[in-house]
Amino acid sequence: MDNRNNKAWLYLLPAILFLGCFMVYPLIDVFIYSFEEGYNSASQTYFGVGLYNYSYVLHDPYFLQAVKNTFILVIFTVPVSTGLALLISVGLNSIRPLKELYQTVYFLPYVTNTLAVGLVFMILFKKTPYSDGLINLILNIFGMAPVDFIDGPYWAKMFVLCFYTVWVVMPFKILILTSALASVKQDYYNAARIDGTSRMRMFTRITLPMISPSLFYLIITGFIGAFKAYSDAVALFGTDLNAAEMNTIVGYVYDMLYGNSGGYPSYASAAAIILFAIVLTITCINLLISKKHVHYS
Amino acid sequence: MSTQTDYKKIEKSARLRSRSISTVTYILLTIWAVIVLFPFYWMLLTSVKSYNAYNSEYIPKFFTLTPTLQNYVDAFTTVPLADYFLNTVIFTVVTTAVMLVVTVLAAFAFARLDFRGKDLVFTLFLALMMIPSELVVITNFVTITELDLRNTFMGLILPSVTSVFYIYLLRENFAQIPDELYYAAKVDGTSDFKYLTKVMIPICRPTIITITILKVIECWNSYVWPRLITDDEAYFLVSNGIQEIRENGFGRENIPAMMAAVVVISVPLIIIFLIFHKKIMEGVARGGTKG
Amino acid sequence: MKITLKNLTKKFPSRNKKVREDVIAVNDFNFEIPDGKLIGLLGPSGCGKSTALNLLCGLQKPTSGQILFGEDDVTDLPAENRGVGMVFQNYALYPHLTVKKNIMFPLENLRGKDKLSKEVMEAKALEAAKLVQIDELMDRKPSELSGGQQQRVAIARALVKMPRVLLLDEPLSNLDARLRLQTREEIRRIQKETGITTIFVTHDQEEAMSISDIIVVMETGRIQQIGKPQEVYDNPVNLFVAKFLGTPPINVFSGRIENGSLFIGTDKILNVKSADGTSLADQPVTIGIRPEGFVLSDDGALTLNLTEVEVMGRDITVVSTHPESQNVEIRSIISSENHVEITGDTVKFAIKPHKVHIFSVETGQRIEFTAE
Repeated sequence: MDNRNNKAWLYLLPAILFLGCFMVYPLIDVFIYSFEEGYNSASQTYFGVGLYNYSYVLHDPYFLQAVKNTFILVIFTVPVSTGLALLISVGLNSIRPLKELYQTVYFLPYVTNTLAVGLVFMILFKKTPYSDGLINLILNIFGMAPVDFIDGPYWAKMFVLCFYTVWVVMPFKILILTSALASVKQDYYNAARIDGTSRMRMFTRITLPMISPSLFYLIITGFIGAFKAYSDAVALFGTDLNAAEMNTIVGYVYDMLYGNSGGYPSYASAAAIILFAIVLTITCINLLISKKHVHYS
Repeated sequence: MSTQTDYKKIEKSARLRSRSISTVTYILLTIWAVIVLFPFYWMLLTSVKSYNAYNSEYIPKFFTLTPTLQNYVDAFTTVPLADYFLNTVIFTVVTTAVMLVVTVLAAFAFARLDFRGKDLVFTLFLALMMIPSELVVITNFVTITELDLRNTFMGLILPSVTSVFYIYLLRENFAQIPDELYYAAKVDGTSDFKYLTKVMIPICRPTIITITILKVIECWNSYVWPRLITDDEAYFLVSNGIQEIRENGFGRENIPAMMAAVVVISVPLIIIFLIFHKKIMEGVARGGTKG
Repeated sequence: MKITLKNLTKKFPSRNKKVREDVIAVNDFNFEIPDGKLIGLLGPSGCGKSTALNLLCGLQKPTSGQILFGEDDVTDLPAENRGVGMVFQNYALYPHLTVKKNIMFPLENLRGKDKLSKEVMEAKALEAAKLVQIDELMDRKPSELSGGQQQRVAIARALVKMPRVLLLDEPLSNLDARLRLQTREEIRRIQKETGITTIFVTHDQEEAMSISDIIVVMETGRIQQIGKPQEVYDNPVNLFVAKFLGTPPINVFSGRIENGSLFIGTDKILNVKSADGTSLADQPVTIGIRPEGFVLSDDGALTLNLTEVEVMGRDITVVSTHPESQNVEIRSIISSENHVEITGDTVKFAIKPHKVHIFSVETGQRIEFTAE
């Protein structure tokens, strides 16, 4: 038996080593960092232990800007992307010809490099001395003045960021919702039809409750994902997000760690833990709400 | 016969309604398809426009009559795109390979072997799934820096190997293989390791392929960790490369060349996707997430 | 509500690309279902009976032909406007709604002048629940019910809006054997109480025979025979119907008519004449003998090779073989009151003429005869 025990641990050893070094240890360490005041990464010394790092971060205007940006992003993109994905999935589920083609096309953004496609979005939205850019051209048709969406006013930049974020997260949501919709048995709809149920009522009384677990899963992961937004913003506005006023909380963490303003793992840790606390709180609220509204079979 | 006419009216309006609903549906779906595809079209189009042609178009044209491949030549000569590419391939292949070995061994231990504390360890593993990477990245950055592994493949690869979710996915799949097969193999004198390689892996090949593809996508698109750990251009991956190109390459304004680089970077994954789209979508639907 | 089907046909395009021919699921149905009867639509799986049901409720549209409810032509009327009630094979109870909400669901769909107040809806739901005896379970979710209870909820939901027609798709197939017996009596009782014209689909001939007023036997999209269960059993129009009805199934032999006599191998079973008294032409025929048509008799006409005797208590099944038999084994049922000891390699039977059916070898149609 002891022999068998050892053998099993041997199989597990690589996984435990990797996870131990790069997940468990860092997880503990990040809390320690966040309480070590005045940590110096070169000399690995610190003055004392306390909440100063948190207080510094919470008073840093860059952090507050990042929090504001992140919250706007979350509040806008989560409902819009989830709603739009639901609409598209319902449409997709109701057609037969071309269904698979549409499905494949819709999934395409999932496999593309966020940074690379972000560049394309940048040139589509950017206004340069040579050209107003395609989007401005279209706006012009509707009689709107050209705006530089990349280096222009805050709302324009925020709009592009939200738009691109929605574009990036849609494939996953559409995929999950179409498979959820497809798994609702046709019999339920047949039964409802025979009982004279209107389309709207079928949707609200049958479809929505039946796919509510998937929908709710998407809302939770959507919140978590949006709170962790970072590379979309980098793709659109470059690495110096603070200068562009477009930084996100995760961006702030990385900037604290590395780059021009970097070298402060303690501040980074404190910011990361604040982010984690926000995400945890929101997720708990979501879970509480879901208890009432989600039907688990 | 009044009921008769009534029915006719109901029939007619029902038919009309269902037709108009399906028309609206198709229009809506097509609009979204255009929004999805247009950036890809635009990047292809821009990448074959010449530098001068692009910059002289105040109003961008939706097509070009004089396509050129010069931008692709520029992309490979002016900036070290080929190096970025090679780095990414090495990073992706090694990371995925090591991940597979670690994952298969761990999944096997959890699914097939009995040992003391198995349930506890597995629960701990599952708990790790909930830890956001942003929390651990900080210490990993410090660790790798202290080990002097910045700007090395080791530093890039080591923290990217582990994937609790894939271990979980594969374990579930392994656990579905009937016990009888294992006992039969034991009676025939097969060792555990041989049973794993000759029986379990072949049976679970679909899942293993799915995991591999998902990991390849993840590696190919990874940005945050490589950015933190490399500042020497010789070790840049494509994501960092493209960011570097954007900020410093091509004199910033050569957008067609930039787009050519973007096309080159995007094409491998798009090809993989077109070949395996069923498998990929199935795999992601089973619980993949992005980012 | 009387239901009339006129030339009802439903074709599906062939899924097999090599074969261009359409699959005809329902082929030229013509019949009239009298008001207030319980109709069993019976046939092997794939015979088109479920398609026929879907045409009746409006989930599918016929390729051609007409469906009349009473005098109203409802052929093209969408399902939601037909006013039928339907019980699905797997019940299709909404898993997220309680029993009460499930039963009320059809009532909540009513709009405009038909709209009901909540109190009326609840009263009607309770009434329907009482009818199927599940009024104790109103606040449970479907997953907390047994199969039989789910079945009742499904029936209550179909009945609550007082449909013109009630349709049941394989209503008993998901129940275990004991519940099946009980539930089919229940269906019979409910149908009698409500007087709603009811059509149910089944592949189980015993089920159809036991509760239907009229059975409709189908095969490959065609109606084979319509009639009261006993009539169809006693006078099957063709070999298919004869084989399909009855447990154990009818014993089929290859035989022939020769000089006015019916032969199986060398055994002369009966002297036969056509129904109008003229003699039947010499021809090879297929002969079906019901299991209960055998009488043990030392000077019986038919000699069978004895395999075994199964004593069932109430009666005895004699299992035997014969070179001309088309079944692997011949099962004959004789009353156990005879107390006979059956031994030896062979057993001799006399045959009851009215339990014998003769079918044309080519067409499978029954050849009418009178025995002398």
